[in-house]
Amino acid sequence: MPAIVATDLSFTYAGADKASMESVNLSIEKGEFVVLTGPSGCGKTTFCRCLNGLIPNFYAGDLQGKLKVDDVDIKGKSTAELATHVGFVFQNPENQLFSLSVERDVAFGLENVGTPRKEALKRVEWAMEATGILNLRNKAPYELSGGQQQRAAIAGVLAMRPSIIVLDEPTSFLDPKSAEEIVAVIATLNQELKLTTLLVEHRLDVVSKYANRVIVMDRGQIALDGPPSEIYGDNARLIGIGLPKVTMLFHLLRRDGFPVGKNPTTVDQATEELRRLLNE
Amino acid sequence: MSLRFVEGFKFKRMDSPIHRLDPRAKFILTLGFFASSLMFTNIYALMIVFVAQVPGVLMAKTVGRWLRSMRGGLFLGVFIFVMNVIFGTSIVSSLAFSMRFFAIMSAFSFFFMTTSADDLGLALEQAHVPYSIAFTFTTAVRLVPTMAIDAQTVVDAQRSRGLELDKGNLMKRIKNYIPILIPLIISAIRRSVELAEALESRAFGATDNRTSITTLKMKAADIAVIVGTISSLAVAVYVYFYLPLPTLVIPFEFPRLF
Amino acid sequence: MISVENMSFNYPNGPDVLHGLNLRINDGEFAAIMGENGAGKTTLVKMFNGLLKPVQGRVLVDGEETSQRSVAQLSRKVGLIFQNPDHQLFAETVEGELAFSLRNFGFNEDVIHRRVTNLLTALDLERYATSSPFVLSGGERKRVALAAILVWDPKHVIMDEPTIGQDYLQKDRLRHFIMQLVSQEKTVVIVTHDVEFVAECKPRVILLSKGKVIADGRAVDILTNRDLIEQSSLAMPQIASLMNNLSDLQAPPGIIDTYSAREFLRERLRRGVIMRSPPGG
Repeated sequence: MPAIVATDLSFTYAGADKASMESVNLSIEKGEFVVLTGPSGCGKTTFCRCLNGLIPNFYAGDLQGKLKVDDVDIKGKSTAELATHVGFVFQNPENQLFSLSVERDVAFGLENVGTPRKEALKRVEWAMEATGILNLRNKAPYELSGGQQQRAAIAGVLAMRPSIIVLDEPTSFLDPKSAEEIVAVIATLNQELKLTTLLVEHRLDVVSKYANRVIVMDRGQIALDGPPSEIYGDNARLIGIGLPKVTMLFHLLRRDGFPVGKNPTTVDQATEELRRLLNE
Repeated sequence: MSLRFVEGFKFKRMDSPIHRLDPRAKFILTLGFFASSLMFTNIYALMIVFVAQVPGVLMAKTVGRWLRSMRGGLFLGVFIFVMNVIFGTSIVSSLAFSMRFFAIMSAFSFFFMTTSADDLGLALEQAHVPYSIAFTFTTAVRLVPTMAIDAQTVVDAQRSRGLELDKGNLMKRIKNYIPILIPLIISAIRRSVELAEALESRAFGATDNRTSITTLKMKAADIAVIVGTISSLAVAVYVYFYLPLPTLVIPFEFPRLF
Repeated sequence: MISVENMSFNYPNGPDVLHGLNLRINDGEFAAIMGENGAGKTTLVKMFNGLLKPVQGRVLVDGEETSQRSVAQLSRKVGLIFQNPDHQLFAETVEGELAFSLRNFGFNEDVIHRRVTNLLTALDLERYATSSPFVLSGGERKRVALAAILVWDPKHVIMDEPTIGQDYLQKDRLRHFIMQLVSQEKTVVIVTHDVEFVAECKPRVILLSKGKVIADGRAVDILTNRDLIEQSSLAMPQIASLMNNLSDLQAPPGIIDTYSAREFLRERLRRGVIMRSPPGG
């Protein structure tokens, strides 16, 4: 049974004159690492908000169609109920940390749902270890770097043991090194815990090496859906997403008439492909 | 006039016997100072109440910041003195009222400097204050330094567009704060919305039986502080009712204006 | 010209944020100030319009010491665009937002009207002239903030992290716009950690780390230096990494963007030759 199934999902924010998301049909299997991308305003954040109930509970509007997460129909479910199925990590690390110590912050969600103390402590320990922040447990969030803050946010979400994690542009405010590190952490968690991961990102150069599937949205609908090497073609460029530079390079070489094979999406793939070309 | 005044109420994590005290004990101590300040009108007594706080400040290693917050309160302190004198109070009594202000401000500043917002929240929770109220309170305290930074950024951004806050008559100066207040308020609102989203996503309010991984436990030192405060208060009450205190006389009077 | 002479800065009762900096940015130059978070980049640019004054040493803008001038005076020449547009938007209309600074600087109403109209057109914001800035999208608000600074035509333009949160099309548009400003002979300084963006525009790169300048030179030299990149929490542009992997091709150093890479590879592939190191060498 798939982790996420959307059938004809549409949403119009209250007071808006057109839909932010229209007729989205999509199925994501357990354990997949999916990157969701698209130009600003394409509906990717809107889709994510449906997954944990922020739409329609926090953001009012007209929600049509069907959506099931973890085999649970989201209809009528509150965000609190869905929080144990779907974890959500936001863009700004500052505004999703609530306590003055990392440890208490990671425990926050567990405390909210009434987890008994012993169990909560165990899970907090585990979540902090999984995200590599055990040594930061007594620090206050404002003492941490952006990358460390995002790890703490991920740990806080992880502690609730959701089967799906949604991350909305978590690297926006991070420097390039921290961005690479946090995406590596996310990928590791996806691999080791079989945690279904939906990562919304513009920085495709950072995430392409981990994603086995990229979904491109445009103007409220799904435009492209497939493995990165298939997706990063002319259509993607026309929609206006920022493809990795190596992919762009090969596009130019292909236009120049060279027999470029598949689309490389990472530096390693590009290196391989160039060597192949040069040896012929 | 800057945000230095606020700094006197900002918590800074340090390892000191005062920081390690249970927040409830510290609060009782603060209330003790507060009550004594309100009770006495005699200047010597009020000075004692003020000076009695100094050992605590020394133990908490917060002398520098405490002094700065006192300096921040100087304006108000002088204002209280002047206003009292203008309205006919004797110089000595006016001094006493100023002293009272400093004693109270110092007590609360000291409390907030040595108690983290989290601990405050825990104390409130364990006192059976509804969680949403306790959380609102701690979040507000936690956000003060963040909002102060935001405020500074807004001031910087608008000054960079030629806004001069120190020029013009009173009306102009007030109007000049509109470009500061509006972005601040909007930023605060945006921040609250983001926070609320994140709270919802962590199941805030899911159940009325919220658990907590940390619990506050009173230790010997805390009990000692509470007992000490109560007995000192008892002594203070005795002194107030039964002991005549020396008075200070300054043979000078401002010409009565009213 | 903006020059920094042996400048140090610390916040009151705080540690040193900038140590003994020496720097000169000539008129019409295009420079990027890069470095890890906390390196002092934003602190440095706040010195250029007088928001912060040096504790030691001096900062001069067009020959005048910033410590002798007010922020309003310096801002006439140095336009500083902050990272978050929400920290400055407050007016009832976009027009009003743009007119704000012009009124502060004492321009007369005809000039104000003309300049505002011109800038709205230049930044594709005409249709929002009478809208409230708060109902616009994030990208549009960023453009309004940009317009609100450029409207008084400062000689030196400084942008703090202009690419954060922008999608590809927005960044592309920004890049074109910056190049336009450069062609108008304005000094443009951007504070950024967007390595790919810098690789494409190739400004002069001033690399800060822990309050000191650790490198100052061409983008092609700095962004290909692994040590410098490691030290300042940056990442090497993809094309540079690719060229590194193919070092046996002995490509000319400093290929960091797709077009230069394509030029080089095109020539190599057509020749069909791989240049190996000379025999016996």
